[in-house]
Formats: sequence, structure tokens, C-alpha cells
Amino acid sequence: MEILAILIPVSLFLGGIGLVAFFWALKTKQFDDPEGDAERILTTEWDDKPRQ
Amino acid sequence: MTVVEDFGRAPISACPACAAAPSAERIAAMRADRDGRIMLSLPLAHCAACIQTVEGALSAVPGVRSARVNLTRKRVSVEAAPDVTPAQLIAVLAGEGQEAHELDPGLLSSTETDRQGRDLLMRLGVAFFSMMNVMLLSVAVWSGAEAATRDLFHWISAAIALPTVIFAGQPFFKSAWASLRVGRLGMDVPISLALILASSISVYETWMSGHHAYFDAAVMLAFFLLLGRYLDHRTRAIARSAAEELAALEVPRAIVLVDGVEVETAISLVMAGDTVLVRPGARMPVDGVVLTGASEVDRSLLTGESLPVQAQPGTVVSAGEVNLTGPLTLRVTAAGKDSSLHRMADLVAVAEGAKTRYTSLADRAASLYSPLVHILSFSAFGYWLWATGGDVRYAINISAAVLIITCPCALGLAVPAVITSASGKLFRKGLLIKHGTALERLAEVDTVVFDKTGTLTLGVPEPLALADHPPQMLALAAALAAGSSHPLARALADGALALDVLPAAVTDIREVPGYGVEGQWQGTRVRLGRADWCGAAPLSQTATYLAVDDQSRAFAFTDRPRPGALAAVTALKAAGMTVELLSGDAEAPVRDLAGRLGISNWKAGVLPAEKAARVAELSAAGHRVLMVGDGLNDTAALAAAHVSISPATALDAARVASDIVLLGQDMAPIADAVRIGRQSARRMVENFVISGGYNVIAVPLALVGLATPLAAALAMSLSSITVSLNAMRLK
Repeated sequence: MEILAILIPVSLFLGGIGLVAFFWALKTKQFDDPEGDAERILTTEWDDKPRQ
Repeated sequence: MTVVEDFGRAPISACPACAAAPSAERIAAMRADRDGRIMLSLPLAHCAACIQTVEGALSAVPGVRSARVNLTRKRVSVEAAPDVTPAQLIAVLAGEGQEAHELDPGLLSSTETDRQGRDLLMRLGVAFFSMMNVMLLSVAVWSGAEAATRDLFHWISAAIALPTVIFAGQPFFKSAWASLRVGRLGMDVPISLALILASSISVYETWMSGHHAYFDAAVMLAFFLLLGRYLDHRTRAIARSAAEELAALEVPRAIVLVDGVEVETAISLVMAGDTVLVRPGARMPVDGVVLTGASEVDRSLLTGESLPVQAQPGTVVSAGEVNLTGPLTLRVTAAGKDSSLHRMADLVAVAEGAKTRYTSLADRAASLYSPLVHILSFSAFGYWLWATGGDVRYAINISAAVLIITCPCALGLAVPAVITSASGKLFRKGLLIKHGTALERLAEVDTVVFDKTGTLTLGVPEPLALADHPPQMLALAAALAAGSSHPLARALADGALALDVLPAAVTDIREVPGYGVEGQWQGTRVRLGRADWCGAAPLSQTATYLAVDDQSRAFAFTDRPRPGALAAVTALKAAGMTVELLSGDAEAPVRDLAGRLGISNWKAGVLPAEKAARVAELSAAGHRVLMVGDGLNDTAALAAAHVSISPATALDAARVASDIVLLGQDMAPIADAVRIGRQSARRMVENFVISGGYNVIAVPLALVGLATPLAAALAMSLSSITVSLNAMRLK
């Protein structure tokens, strides 16, 4: 059962990464235009780096 | 003539000559109300190519810093230098085949609602994360973890669940506290009680090395209820943002003449005594008196009359009327708070007050449910305290189990899930549900009252029996009609074109604003226009008159019915509804339309107050009335009706007063709305029965002390999933 001491923190940590990623996505307004984002991956135009 | 837009940073009246002209400062103030951000609505955008076209075309316009399309909201937001005008961008997009309309960014307060939605989503995410982790540990406990392992798992669960409940439960705690302060037992009181009791009893049990802890139930409860809350919020936010967009479409601008200079400005800056120019085809922005110009005005949105009224110097016009033929300059008599705009706002306030009196199905369920749950839980506590001879720990455990199991996971989802599903379906059909209880109210309707002009008809004239006129006359009328942009003239020209009539060779065609068109044909003067001007006896219906020498001929028009009007009326009658037509228009056109649509109950020349009175009379007789109307004269009736629908072309006030907005031109979706409304009311009741059914099985188990955390978790998730699936069955 000693393995639990590793497995539980690991599972919490991995879940936590997911949660933080979700927060980040919310904060950076990535849920504002779900339809547009779904379509934008189809465009042939892209920027080499994010616009300043 | 217009003023050069370049003011730079220098004060506008820096030069001595300008100081003598105070109007320059006012012009500057009027122009300064626009910042660099422009919002355009793109009703036709739907694909990746559209995004590329729009963003590419706009970015190529000099002065545009960035353009970003939001496809979900069908808008583009443009950051541009102040000298870039929306009209310029709309023209660019029109060149690319994209229809665009200017939106008033001031009316789009979507960021505020977004923040609320994001807040709920964040709590939902936290609840989901904890639910998954706590469930992982709980399953281990249920499948037989013993002694120290079980205690460890319970402690870890507590460490995850307690912060979650405190954070994710806040919306419930806040509204429970608010309802307790005014002495009411809302749905949120038992929810909060269950959350708090489940968490605290579980901590105590963990502390005492007990067998059962309800941490999973507490976080699951929080998750499902937040989900219901979020769905509810999202439906409202979508409806609100679309309604805002409709309002923002009419950018409140007026063209003010300052010392003979045209300045386009916001209506809020127009003052009584100003001079305003109204171009043909535009809506009067303010109340006023005509100073110069001659034209005809369409008052149908205000009174329901389909015949235009002549306007000349001295005529009093009010905001909302449409100027048809010639440019008019008005002296503003009332603007801002004193104008008819403000009177509309008053009417709307009355309407909103009337709508909140309806208690929804969910409210009724909650008012039954909350006391029942509290009584059950407390009596279980009392009984077990007595039965066990004072074992408080056991009694509290039982009463907590009762609260957790009865807790309205499914009740909280039952209505939002159905409304989300139904309003999504209706939105795709072109109907916007603005009010949460509109669907339920729609389900109860047994009488439908229609307005005529602009509602059952498009407000677009259509020539009657054109082929019966002699070809010679038709050719003359077509030639004259081509010289005017008046709606009747355009309809006549189009009608003649459809009959392959070649216009006669009429020369010297000139338009006399407010009267008609005249020209020379084979040496005689020919006229097309008003009856008195052409020396004809006026007909009782909408008509235009052709005068050749001293002979005259009338071309009668009818208002074209909206597409789908007949289908909607037929379907409503087939669904067992009584259909009535109340119009402010003259008798002949109303009788004609009622005959065409098969409506036997009709009334013409109805005053606005009479419309509202008729609706009130029907309601008093026990009928539930659906009112469909578009004008200012319908607003009171729309507010008085049980539920109301208005087309998107309706006056602002009418749209605000109604519960549902018809976005497209087609009227057929109204019948669908009634059908889906009835269906969704049935689904809501079914959902209450389902969640009640689970309680009927689970509550006795909890009362006798047989409910384990596993049973609670099963009952809760099964009932929530069943109601969500049932909601999706909506066709």
C-alpha cells in the first residue's frame, strides 16, 4: 500500500495541471468564440509569431 | 458640405476667428463621441472563408489597426483611426459580398455578462476536478478500504472537498442568505443546508474514524447544481446579447444642421430647438415640426395605418415615423428624455413589471419542495433522537442523508436543461427566446391576437390586378414610377417589369416631393401621385393615381402578407387556437387580409388602448393570449398579453416588451414555437416526476437509516443524467 503515497499525489498533481490549464484558457478568453476557433484551424493563413 | 475630420490635438477654437463661432465647439463635441472601436454585425458569416475575407478586406483599409471576427456572435470588432467611418467599412465588405450592419458598441454590454459566465465556469471546473478526485477515493472506500487506509482517504477527500464546497458553493450560499433575509425559503436554502451539513458531518465522522463520509456527495451536488445554474445563465446571456444586438442595430444618430453644416451626431446630444435633417427612407430620430421640405411619412409603426400621410412645413412628426419621398428639415420640439423615446421606455417598464408576476413551474416546485424537505429532515432527526435514546451523532447522520438524497440536483437541472435545449432549437428556426418563462407561458396559450401592418404583412406594397389595366396606361405609369423612389412607385415599376411592359417615352420627368412624379408625353402633361394632385377621387385603400389630360386612373395596392403567415395561421387554428386580427388600419385592407388568411374574427381602426383592452378582456374571460405585434400601438397589448412575439423589424419598444423575437421574415416558426413550447412544458413536468420518483424510492431508505453514501451518489447522478437526457428528446 506504500505505493499510494506516490500515486495519490501524482493523480492530484495531474488533475491540478488540467485545472490550471482550464483557468488559463478561461482567463485568456479562449471560450469567447468557440465556433470561430473551430473554423479558424481550416484557414491557410497563419502568423509566424503572435501579434504584438 | 461636411466638416474636415482632422482636429488633431489642438483646441478647436484656438484661432481668433473660431472663437466667434461657438458652433464649432459644438460640432467638435458632437464628433468626439466616437472612439476608435467599430463593431459591425455580420448576419451571413458562417465559415472559415468568411472570416478570412472579412478580416483580410478590413485590414487592407488604410487606418484600420486590427479586425477580429467573432463567428459565435457573428460580429467583427475593428480597431481603427478616428477618421475611419463605419459606412466606409460596410461598403468595403459589401464589395466582398458580405452584408454588414453597424452596431452601437455602447449598447453591447456583453463583457459584463461574460464575466459572470466565466466566474460560474471557473467554479464548475473546480467542482468537476474535486468531484473526480474525491470519487476516485470514495470508490476505494466503497469497495472495501478498511481502518487506517479508509481514514487516510477520508482525510484527503476532506482536504479536497472542503475548499471546493466553500469556493464552488458561493453562488448558492449568497442567494440562500438573500432569500432568508427577506424571510423566504427558496430552492437555495435546502441546497446550502445540504452542502454545509454534508461537509461538516463528514469531517466529524472522519475525525471519529466513522465508516461513512459524504464528501463525494457534497462536491457532486455542487457540480450538478452549478451545471444547471451555468446552463440557465448561458441561455439568458445568449438571448440578452442577441437582443442587445437587435437594439444596437439602430444606431441612434441624427443629422443636425449647425449653421447650415451637416453634422452626424448621437441622438442623446440633440437638444430641443436644434434643426435636424431627415433624408428620404430614414426614420425620424426626434419629435419635431417640419420647417422645410415636402414629403410623405409612414406612420404604420406608431398607428398601424398603412396609408402614408403628407408632410409639409408645419406638420408635426414624432420619433419612429419613416420619411418616404423628400428630404425634410425639422425643428426639434422634444429630444432625449422628453421625446416619444422616453414615453416608450415608460411603456416598457410597465411591461417588465407585468411579466415578473408569473410564477414559473420551477418556482412552484421549489415552494412545494423546500418546506417538505426541511420537515422530513427535521422529523427524521427528532424520531431517531428519540428512538436511539439520545444518540445525536446517529440522528444527525440520518437527517443529513435525507437532505443529501432529496437535494434537488435533478430539480435544479430539470428546467434549465429543457429551456437550453428548446431555445437552441427555436434559435435555429429564427426565434429568440428573451424570457426564461416564455416557453411555459406559450404552452398555456389558447388565443392568438395578431396585428396587421408590419406583423402579418411586410409593410411592402404590392400592386393589385395590374394586368387588368390597359397596356398603354401601364406603360405610362411604369415610365413615371421609374422616376421616384417612393415605395408605391417602386412596387408599380417592379410589377410592370414583371409583366414585360415597356415604359412609355415620357420626357421631362421630375419628382414633386410629397405629391408625386410628373412628365411630358406626346405633348400632354402626365402625373402619377396623390389623388388630390391628380384630380382623382381617392379610394378607400392604398392607391396611387395616374392623370393623363383630365382623365385619371387608380392603381390600387395591397400590403404583401409575410411569407409563412398563412401557414402559421392555419397551423395555429389546427392546434385548436382562436385567432383574432386587431388592426389600426382602415377597414378595406384589413377585411382583404383577414379573408386571405382565413381569420374570421377581425376588427379594423382599433386604437392602441382598445387593443390592450381587448387583450385584457380576453384574459379576464380566462383565456391565455399570445399577442403578435410590431408597432408602438401594439406595445401596451404586448405587455398585457400572457406571452408576446414581435418581429425583428418591430419598433424598439415593442421588441423589448415582447418575450420572443422573430428574427427572420418568415412567420411559420410561430406555429413551431407554440408546439415546442407545449412540448417543453411537458418535458419539464416529466423531469419533475422523474426526479420526484427517485426521491420516492431513496427517501424512505434514508429515513430508516439504510442510505449509504454509495446509494446517495447513485441516486443523485442517475436522476441528473435521466433529466438531461429527457430534455434532449425535444423535437
